[in-house]
Amino acid sequence: MDLTWTDEEEAFRAEARAWLEENLAAWYDEHGGPENIRSGDTREGFAQHLTWERRLYEGRWAAVSWPAAYGGRDASLWEWLIFEEEYYRAGAPPRITQNGIFLLAPTVFEFGNEAQRAHVLPRMAAAEDLWCQGWSEPDAGSDLAGITSRATRVEGGWRLDGQKTWTTRGAFCTHLFGLFRTDPGAERHRGLSYLLVPLDLDGVTVRGFGRLDGDEGFAEVFFDGAFLPDDAIPGGVLLGEEGEGWRVAMATTGSERGLTLRSPGRFLATAQRLVELYRERPSPRLRERLVDAWMRAEAYRLFTLETVTRLAGGAVMGPESSINKIWWSELDCDLHEIALELLGPDAELEGPWSKGWQFALSGPIYAGTNEIQRNIAAERVLGLPRR
Amino acid sequence: MHFGFDDDQLAFRDAVRELLEKECPPAAVRAAWEAPPGGLDRTVWDRLTEMGVLATLVPEEADGLGLDERSLVLVLEEAGRAALPHPLVDTAAVAAPLLAGTPGGEGPGPAGVPDAHGIGMVATDLGGPYVPCAADADWLLLRDPATGALHLVDPATVVLRPVDTVDGARRAAAVDWQPAPESLVTDDPAAIELALDRGAFGAAAVLVGLAQRMLDMTVAYVCERRQFGVPVGSFQAVKHRLADALKELAFARPAVHRAAHSLATGAETRARDVAMAKAMASDAARFVGRQALQCHGAIGYTVEHDLHLYLKRTWALAAAWGDAAWHRERVARALGV
Ligand SMILES: Cc1cc2nc3c(=O)[nH]c(=O)nc-3n(C[C@H](O)[C@H](O)[C@H](O)COP(=O)(O)OP(=O)(O)OC[C@H]3O[C@@H](n4cnc5c(N)ncnc54)[C@H](O)[C@@H]3O)c2cc1C
Repeated sequence: MDLTWTDEEEAFRAEARAWLEENLAAWYDEHGGPENIRSGDTREGFAQHLTWERRLYEGRWAAVSWPAAYGGRDASLWEWLIFEEEYYRAGAPPRITQNGIFLLAPTVFEFGNEAQRAHVLPRMAAAEDLWCQGWSEPDAGSDLAGITSRATRVEGGWRLDGQKTWTTRGAFCTHLFGLFRTDPGAERHRGLSYLLVPLDLDGVTVRGFGRLDGDEGFAEVFFDGAFLPDDAIPGGVLLGEEGEGWRVAMATTGSERGLTLRSPGRFLATAQRLVELYRERPSPRLRERLVDAWMRAEAYRLFTLETVTRLAGGAVMGPESSINKIWWSELDCDLHEIALELLGPDAELEGPWSKGWQFALSGPIYAGTNEIQRNIAAERVLGLPRR
Repeated sequence: MHFGFDDDQLAFRDAVRELLEKECPPAAVRAAWEAPPGGLDRTVWDRLTEMGVLATLVPEEADGLGLDERSLVLVLEEAGRAALPHPLVDTAAVAAPLLAGTPGGEGPGPAGVPDAHGIGMVATDLGGPYVPCAADADWLLLRDPATGALHLVDPATVVLRPVDTVDGARRAAAVDWQPAPESLVTDDPAAIELALDRGAFGAAAVLVGLAQRMLDMTVAYVCERRQFGVPVGSFQAVKHRLADALKELAFARPAVHRAAHSLATGAETRARDVAMAKAMASDAARFVGRQALQCHGAIGYTVEHDLHLYLKRTWALAAAWGDAAWHRERVARALGV
């Protein structure tokens, strides 16, 4: 056990820190100051955040853990963690490209063919193609295997019918990755395929709508007999084998919950800001809760260091990632709840804590609700019997 | 960066686990409830001594194992899993390194005291006023209430007032004694502070082991116990309680492991890290205990079932060496709030 960073890792941290500091300042200047930056879940804010994403790409910070050939830096998981710590420490903006880079890309690396990788990944890193996640449907949320959107084999491609919903930033994205039923005779988990779909096809309609915070961060996507040509994506629109979509998709949920979706840096930065808020507006009644929340953010960092140590030693991420997701999502709610209590009557004003609180509340819902995660932890980690 | 254990550390843990499974089954813990003061069976303790466990933190020059808290932490978790009644934290985590004069300690101890590796069984009041196994110990490490200085005292020279504690295997007593210059070990505040941190860390590691044991027992029980024609572990209310128990434990454990690292490396953040570990381990173990009891139903609410042995030790240790609130206070000060 050795909890120190190597000189190379420290140098990596210093480089990231310097770059972020300089480029954040430049990005703010470009838009006339941070106060003019709107949420990335609004149309205007999304466009502003795109300019940030392109900066990241040009500095080769958009996807640090990817191979250099696809626009990354071949960074180790350790360096990825360091970068994330620095990113949130600097107060850099939420990544509007996140669902592509952190959820689709790992699946493309694992299941994609070379042509798909060569096309999809660099364009994703460069924020030229913007990917949204098309899993949920009006009648299939937690029970994802109940999806009914269909992809029917036709000459030279697929015909798409059905509807996706809750699609994050769907109204601003150019592409969707998602699950479609390709074998209407097969039930539940079978007969599903993982497809890569440009959203500008004829017969695809995207309607954005307001989330809890009022931003147009949600969309529903309608497919009315849209023709998806096989060559819409070089290497093909099918990711993995036809009918294997469930298995391919589950690989994505593993990485989402387990590690890459919410790095510790994010919550450490929030916890630090909360400590600063407390110093400005102390309230002895909330002190123990503050300390407890700070410790839980720190424990999340330690848990992650333990996980990465295991992964670096050749282990693979298993169902234990489910408790991880419960931990960070509940922590995020607590951190923001304490902040609002510290703010007292000012809590009702719109502001970063109120905005963050509203977003934190979605954590226990998205990426598999926390009830579903508890089922997974109990059945697959503890081995309790299924019903 | 490597936040894990090496093969030697794991092998050491496995050897201790094997020993404790054999020599410290629930029946041995029950026997410790029953034995008269001074009558604690020493079979397992002698084996631990032979293995060098008591001298884990004692340098090789002083005939110890020359290891640090990163090795000891896993052993203490095993002691928790077994609810070992003997004062292993007091002896191996606190007294042995203090008397051996490892960094921060003053050592060697007062004249007439055997070398640290041969210290025997030490019990201390550093963790609280009720000294565990006080009548069984070979030496008492006591804090002078007036000066805070630490003394190593022969139990024959003190008056013990046994107390009834919730965990009978604690075998605790209050001690009436008089500090004397000959018994002084150290009055160096840094050494005393370090001894306290080592004790709190040790208790945290034991709590992690206790929690793991209670979780394991409960998982096994709910898979077996049937109601409504199915194992009760198939009910979602039961599953969610145990998933939460697993989660609390899984996140407290790395905090305890980090405290081991901070102690071993003399980190600047040592006090904060130990405080965090003890606070989280106390809370997690008590939480796991609540879930364990509820999921056992009435059988867990008897003294005939073994659960109470682990549950009551948990309550005792959660309150000893500073409870969660006390340690959160220390973290608060470290954070400057
Ligand atoms: C902010 C946000 C962003 C999202 N982004 C996307 C996106 O980009 N793409 C996408 O496809 N989806 C997205 N989602 C949708 C998300 O994946 C679903 O909300 C989630 O899977 C839950 O489905 P549901 O909302 O239909 O709830 P339901 O499944 O209807 O669940 C309702 C309640 O019942 C509980 N419940 C359901 N089944 C069980 C069970 N077996 N045991 C115990 N309790 C159960 C749930 O936990 C929940 O509390 C997003 C959601 C949010 C909030």
